[in-house]
Amino acid sequence: MSIENLKTYDPFAEADEEDSGQTKQTQEYIHIRIQQRNGRKTLTTVQGIPKKFDAKKILKVVKKEFACNGTIIGDEDSKMGDVIQLQGDQRAKIKDFLTNKDEGLGLDAKTIKVHGF
Amino acid sequence: MDASPADEIKETAQSHSARTPPLHAALGAFTDAPQATEPQDAAAAAAPAADDGLDLSLMKKKKKKVKKEDDADAAADEAAPAEGDGAIDLTMKKKKKKKVVKEDDEFAKKLEALNIEGKEGEEAAPQEDEQEGDMDQGTGIWAHDETKPISYNALLSRFFALLSQKNPDHASTGTRSYKIPPPQCLREGNKKTIFANLPEICKRMKRADEHVTSYLFAELGTSGSVDGSRRLVIKGRFQQKQIENVLRTYIIEYVTCKTCRSPNTELSKGENRLYFITCNSCGSRRSVQAIKTGFSAQVGKRRKMQG
Repeated sequence: MSIENLKTYDPFAEADEEDSGQTKQTQEYIHIRIQQRNGRKTLTTVQGIPKKFDAKKILKVVKKEFACNGTIIGDEDSKMGDVIQLQGDQRAKIKDFLTNKDEGLGLDAKTIKVHGF
Repeated sequence: MDASPADEIKETAQSHSARTPPLHAALGAFTDAPQATEPQDAAAAAAPAADDGLDLSLMKKKKKKVKKEDDADAAADEAAPAEGDGAIDLTMKKKKKKKVVKEDDEFAKKLEALNIEGKEGEEAAPQEDEQEGDMDQGTGIWAHDETKPISYNALLSRFFALLSQKNPDHASTGTRSYKIPPPQCLREGNKKTIFANLPEICKRMKRADEHVTSYLFAELGTSGSVDGSRRLVIKGRFQQKQIENVLRTYIIEYVTCKTCRSPNTELSKGENRLYFITCNSCGSRRSVQAIKTGFSAQVGKRRKMQG
């Protein structure tokens, strides 16, 4: 039997957990954006893929899988790292690819932000 | 939205029962007839077509009450979505409503079962006719000079009907719906879209036009300008639905309070170039990310001249 009043309770335990979770989230997002080109053509850009992945290899796989062309844009001056640029609206597909554990990168869906309409 | 529908129902039911005695007393005060209070009611039960408890067991009475409450709830549910057609509805109301209805169904089933048990030799018909009348027009039992006591449930349902009718904001605090007028999109020429009612929407959200505009441009990956009559001209072809989606994300990110989900918030520039949202209804304060355009590829034929 325990006495309720004598229990040690850390009022900040929960808050700490939440905090750490939030900081983890805010540090690095992967942004998936879409841009309109002429007519009904679009571009998809993926920005902020973690450094541990090789952008070139990702591109090679993705191009084959989505049947689209693409390129890597090195953007040193604005600190955005390598940006993968794909032709067409590949937002849903690339998100699936990034989160897929078996055939993709297996990233957490929370770190991915899909922009655009 | 954490509370399950079942909890909500329980809550309302509790509050109803808690309010019962004063309302009954009030009812007694209004109707000057001798059968004002409950025990007298029971005594006068023999009188034909007089009051609520007409030749019914106690159990039956209770049952009826519950059923009416149920009806009132259902009516409120139906009334709520009717307000918001065409406008953007942020909440997951549809989902919620379905759940509630399901709950009602179960409830109704239970009631039915009880009814079958308790029906032996009793007729419930006359009692139903008694409390008829249109409360909006003041006919039947709602007539001004009507001396028959109105049942508690009828009064209660009238109360909720009036509440939602006269004061929709107050009634909808539980469901948390927030509406903005749908964006009006026109096409200017072949390559530009005009977003006509941006000022109106911004006013509704209490946000600066510039802030919303810059968010739109960042999300859509384009640029644009504001024309003479304060309409926004966006480069590129966009449909109303697409703009609507972007506005929805804007509202989630920059308008609604994360703590209480109220849209009644203010965006202010705090110290250190950070933007803060202050909620006017719960007082919470949180920082929001500045709008970043991020990477945008060059789509035109040549790069814009630098410097």
